[in-house]
Amino acid sequence: MKFKNIFKTSFEGLRVNKSRSALTVLGIVIGITSIILIAALGQGAQNLILGQIQGQVGSKVIEIAPGRQPKGPTDIMSIFSDSLKQKDVDALAQKSNAPHITTIMPLVFGSESVAFGSETYQATIYGMTDAAEKLYNVSSGQGRFLTEDDVKSYADVVVIGSGVKEELFENYNEAVGQKIKIKGRNFKVIGVLDTKGQGMLIGFDEVVIMPYTTAQRYILGIKHFQHLIVEADTEENIIRTVEDIEITLRNSHNITDPEKDDFNVTSQADAMEMVSTITDILTMFLVAVAAISLIVGGIGIMNIMLVSVTERTREIGLRKAIGATDSDILFQFLFEAIALTVTGGIIGIALGAIFSLAAAIILTSVLAMDWSFAFPVSAAIIGFCVAAFVGLVFGIYPARKASRKHPIEALRYE
Amino acid sequence: MPIIAVKNLEKIYYNEDVETPSLRGVSFDINAGEFVAIMGPSGSGKSTLLHILGFLDRHTRGEYRFEGKTIDDYSKEEIAKVRNEKMGFIFQSFNLLRRATVFENVKLPLMYSGKKEPEWNDIAMRAIEKVGLGHRINHQSSQLSGGEQQRVAIARAIVNNPSIVFADEPTGNLDSKSGGQIMELIDSLHESGNTIVLITHETYTAEYSQRIIRLKDGLIEKDEKVASRHHTFIK
Repeated sequence: MKFKNIFKTSFEGLRVNKSRSALTVLGIVIGITSIILIAALGQGAQNLILGQIQGQVGSKVIEIAPGRQPKGPTDIMSIFSDSLKQKDVDALAQKSNAPHITTIMPLVFGSESVAFGSETYQATIYGMTDAAEKLYNVSSGQGRFLTEDDVKSYADVVVIGSGVKEELFENYNEAVGQKIKIKGRNFKVIGVLDTKGQGMLIGFDEVVIMPYTTAQRYILGIKHFQHLIVEADTEENIIRTVEDIEITLRNSHNITDPEKDDFNVTSQADAMEMVSTITDILTMFLVAVAAISLIVGGIGIMNIMLVSVTERTREIGLRKAIGATDSDILFQFLFEAIALTVTGGIIGIALGAIFSLAAAIILTSVLAMDWSFAFPVSAAIIGFCVAAFVGLVFGIYPARKASRKHPIEALRYE
Repeated sequence: MPIIAVKNLEKIYYNEDVETPSLRGVSFDINAGEFVAIMGPSGSGKSTLLHILGFLDRHTRGEYRFEGKTIDDYSKEEIAKVRNEKMGFIFQSFNLLRRATVFENVKLPLMYSGKKEPEWNDIAMRAIEKVGLGHRINHQSSQLSGGEQQRVAIARAIVNNPSIVFADEPTGNLDSKSGGQIMELIDSLHESGNTIVLITHETYTAEYSQRIIRLKDGLIEKDEKVASRHHTFIK
């Protein structure tokens, strides 16, 4: 018998039991729908997070941290290392060492209590340069940002986040020009940052930014840097620049064995890759949980197919008596199972797409999130294949049972 | 060469080490064009014999040749092919696909045959007209009377133009009037050249045939010509 006709026969068998077929399919529909929905939401969440990272820090930015790339819990302590110093900044600034670096910004930070009058606020203090404005894509909506002179002159000036302003200057319209106290020293507020909202790597709404020179000397009492933020001229030169930085710093630190690096260099691409990996793993985990429902659905299919095979014992006997081979019968019932799950898969993919579109609309319009609808084509393809596979796996046993029925026994069956 | 050659045929059923002999050595030949009835009370082995003749079951000892070949000469797929192309089966309980139409039921053996799909409709139509149901081809078989259903089954049995038609108690589920009509139809198939093997326990039905083989306890009791047939056709 040709496959085309076996297909026809299979669909005929399903058509005869419409409502039962529909109910059986439901399990697969639910399973595939949830897989598609989860994959779409996972993808949307990933896009959202990556978009925020990219929005905050340009993709040409490279971060240098003290201590080697953490390889275990004990390495975490090395972030307190003081290996990054001014001589490193000087070495990197030489065009012969790293020709594609356009900006180098030392970064120091700590947590301190900030006071204005009787109001106090525990803020994160960042020591930066004027370059931060461009590197982190922030701007002072009120007043001005740091300047090169502020850095050189150890100026007692700060730029505060909008959240800090609200906490300290609740009853004042104007924060710019006021003086705040940190560690007993007065700082003049020269600017207030525009609100950036939640979800940023650095919560710029809650920070106090001052020249890194001032922070080192008067607040933190250190001479090293906690990070160096570097920008390359183009994205294409990122990899090359990362290598340049590693070589320059090794020379500067007299390190010959890269295994003994006392610093680590991460490009924006690396960071985004890491975030992608984390969200991918989370999504896959959720999809795996949803996939369990497919197993339940598959067992439902097998159950119904077994009932169907028993019910149609006489039909099987008759078909064999008039010339059906074992494999004709096997494929007839196997295709019935696969047709059920594939139909369920297609409906599930469609429903999953509709639900994730609805979720995207709700997230953007109701919750005002910067969410974009992402239909995961790969998840749809995988969902379709998994549905067919479930049909194959759970259909094969009933189909084999059908194909092995002896024609006489089958014809005698009442 | 006889179409069916049976020699010392034995069939023993094994059920949990208990041997139950069903056929205990039967021998006969059936020639092409013959109309033979196999008769016997229940338990005589007539159904077992029909299953073996129809390649639906295997014998235990002895020899059975269909058109000169034994079941062991064929693979499983070839046996299915022989059943499809050379044998037609008519059952007591019709065994139609209930929700399929008359047309679809008759086409069923063609689907398993090597015949080309465009020809199926014509071939099926001819078979349906032979049994006189040309006006009901699109009826679901479950909507037909018992007699009509058996006609559909007969059309299905002859659609591939088989060498032999096996009829297993074809009138068993019918009243005497439609039973008679069915036997006349089978008789007309024989008249048009088909070889018929009929299984029945009713003497009246058996007397439509030319020859009756009487079985009792797995042995042939009598094998004789029918003296006066219920023959509706005048040569």
